[in-house]
Amino acid sequence: MSLDRRTTIKWMFAAAATVPSLQALADAPQPQARAVPAGQAGYGTDPDLVKEWRPGGPWPLTLGAAARLTTTVLCDLIIPADDVSPAASSVGVVDFIDEWISAPYPQQRADREIILPGLLWLDSEAQGRFGQSFAGITDAQRAAIADAICSPAKAASELAAGAKFFARFRDLTAGGFYTTPVGMKDIGYVGNVPLERFDGPPPELLRKLGLA
Amino acid sequence: MSFISAAEADKNTYDVIVVGSGAAGGQTAYTLTMDGARVLMLEAGRHYQPATETPMLQTNAEAPLRGSGTPEKPFGFWDATIDGGWDVPGEPYTSASDDPARKFVWWRARMLGGRTNHWGRISLRNGPYDFKPHTRDGLGFDWPMGYEDLAPYYDKVEMLIGVYGSNEGLENTPNSSPGVLLPPPKPRVSDLMVRKHAAKLRIPVIAGHRAVLTRRLDDKLLPKLLHPGNARAQAILAADMKKRAACFWATPCGRGCSIRANYQSTTVHLPPALDTGNLDIVTDAMVRTVTKRKDGAAEGVIYIDRKTGAEHRVKARVVVLAASALESVRILLNSGVANGNGKVGKYIMDTVGANFGGQVPALESLPPHNEDGADGGHMYVPWWLYKEQLAGALGFARGYHIEFGGGRTMPGMGTGAGLEWLNGGSYGKKFKEDVRRYYGSFVGFAGRGEMIPNDDCYAELDPNVKDRFGIPVLRFHWKWSEHEIGQAAHMQKTAAEIIDAMGGRMSGPPQSGEKAIKQGGIIIHEVGGAMMGNDPAKSVTNSFGQTWEMKNLFITDGATLCSNADKNPTLTIMALAWRSAEHMLGLMKRKEL
Repeated sequence: MSLDRRTTIKWMFAAAATVPSLQALADAPQPQARAVPAGQAGYGTDPDLVKEWRPGGPWPLTLGAAARLTTTVLCDLIIPADDVSPAASSVGVVDFIDEWISAPYPQQRADREIILPGLLWLDSEAQGRFGQSFAGITDAQRAAIADAICSPAKAASELAAGAKFFARFRDLTAGGFYTTPVGMKDIGYVGNVPLERFDGPPPELLRKLGLA
Repeated sequence: MSFISAAEADKNTYDVIVVGSGAAGGQTAYTLTMDGARVLMLEAGRHYQPATETPMLQTNAEAPLRGSGTPEKPFGFWDATIDGGWDVPGEPYTSASDDPARKFVWWRARMLGGRTNHWGRISLRNGPYDFKPHTRDGLGFDWPMGYEDLAPYYDKVEMLIGVYGSNEGLENTPNSSPGVLLPPPKPRVSDLMVRKHAAKLRIPVIAGHRAVLTRRLDDKLLPKLLHPGNARAQAILAADMKKRAACFWATPCGRGCSIRANYQSTTVHLPPALDTGNLDIVTDAMVRTVTKRKDGAAEGVIYIDRKTGAEHRVKARVVVLAASALESVRILLNSGVANGNGKVGKYIMDTVGANFGGQVPALESLPPHNEDGADGGHMYVPWWLYKEQLAGALGFARGYHIEFGGGRTMPGMGTGAGLEWLNGGSYGKKFKEDVRRYYGSFVGFAGRGEMIPNDDCYAELDPNVKDRFGIPVLRFHWKWSEHEIGQAAHMQKTAAEIIDAMGGRMSGPPQSGEKAIKQGGIIIHEVGGAMMGNDPAKSVTNSFGQTWEMKNLFITDGATLCSNADKNPTLTIMALAWRSAEHMLGLMKRKEL
């Protein structure tokens, strides 16, 4: 999908009619993202399943530098470092999101229509409220924006598109993060190891749950 | 004998041509070659070698898009399927209606072993009622055989491929013979939770039956039981069973299994069949038609080499179609054979499917423990309302079983996604805490039920559309009846009741049957289209899959099924194929073919 600036602006007007600095964004010198090449192939119906795959391998990544920066900041707002595990961007989630929105398949193209305008909207919202891009504002300022859109049910009606974007971005960030070794460890996934025997759940757990 | 080129096959002579290499083709070729018949197998897809091509232990982060399904890999990147799906490029099919509710979608896999490489390995026997449904409730068709005719072959297939499960003696849910089943894996927490609370609703929860080796097969005993009096077959099978490892309790079965711990034709049927020296396989061989001898019998087949486009003709004493139910139907229609009564393509069926899920607070924040197990269901709900149904209390005539699952499965794109209905929508450290809390607390239920064959569901040749080989394609007609719609609604209701009994929250309200029922073909249990019977005027084959019109043309896949019980059809297809192949061997030995 080629998401041109006109489409983006149209989406933003629909989403938030009063956002300032639209003109500034429209005049931005760098493209937010390169277009997915026309006729871009996927990995095909018979990809090699035992070779090593990396984002950028099966199809080119397309996010521009500014959009990657916003993606990085937003990933880490959603999944920051804590006592258990590191932040999302430190384990390749930005590359993953770039791979996802650059993919030539229908689901990913539809998500690109949400994510790219959403990233622009996030910057314009930050500009409008705090005079800086989303990456340039403080943690507290970012939290103020996130608090307004993190719940689709509670978001103000004029922020509905922003809330939809945030929910989708959060799902992608979570999928990107919890599939990595540190993400799997964080939630206590301890499978995917060959075992001699499968003993089932620990007996003390079954007793505790009344299932022994 | 082994994997050969089309040019080499042209020069050879064979007793039997088997079209297809999946559950039906694999079992047919196995039974025939172990008893000395010389077989040529034609597979439309490419050669496939599970030992070197299976992604064992790869995580989703190692796959593009974290392993998510795409149109090119509908069941996810790591799924074993090659060149397959509901849409195969260059190989279309059409629908007579634009109404989504009346469309049928057709899954194909173009690879050696077909869909057996990725299937769910659920291996349930039809019960006595399932062979005589018309006698029981006046609907559909009786089979020209009873459970007792197929029971010995169910035993044989289960012993050969290895099936775990338990014998519970429940109504229309047959026991296997003593010693046949492998022990089921230990239940997961969610299994036990469902069992405990479903019991309050008088819904039984028992061990699942799946073709996964929970221990190694007994290579001393089983070959003797399977091939009495055939020392060579016993030796070949014993040697091959020694090469199959038991499950190591990791890696989803849908990827296939390089250690051969589950059943796929490529790891269980084909290796010993090839070891007999009696099997040749040509891959990339797309069969177009069955050819006819002057005396009206089958002569052989014409196939297209997918790589060169060249047409080849091969001949044999016997031709077996095992190309998957609807591909076999298509070959018959394009050949203009075995269809004097117009029954080819009629009464196609799928399984009724409806899914429902919820979240169970009692399963939140459990201590980490490994629940990979045998990947698929360790337990399931067999149909339990036979008496109420026969008395007309349910409003739909046939039953369903419930496959369910939950627990601490390998994280994928669904992990941590869509939690808003539980937590309102969070981010930051709170979001990380929420994901830890909810991971492993979801339980999903999949109702899988019997569809009754009806006049509105059939396949015919499209008069205009051809595939990339120039072969006319199928056009589908489809319509669920009130029985299937009512059943789908009941599936939703049952799952909602179980979730409620567990103190869980439903992810949404139960839907109407029309909304809940999956599109025809989505469950990928398509059968029928060349039904067996006792009357040549009303059926296409006899109970051995032998066509009435051509005594040396057989169908051993799901096309001959007279009903599609809620029991997943693969085990039944294999049992029928074994029985059919034995019949062919007898006829050939007696020079009747």
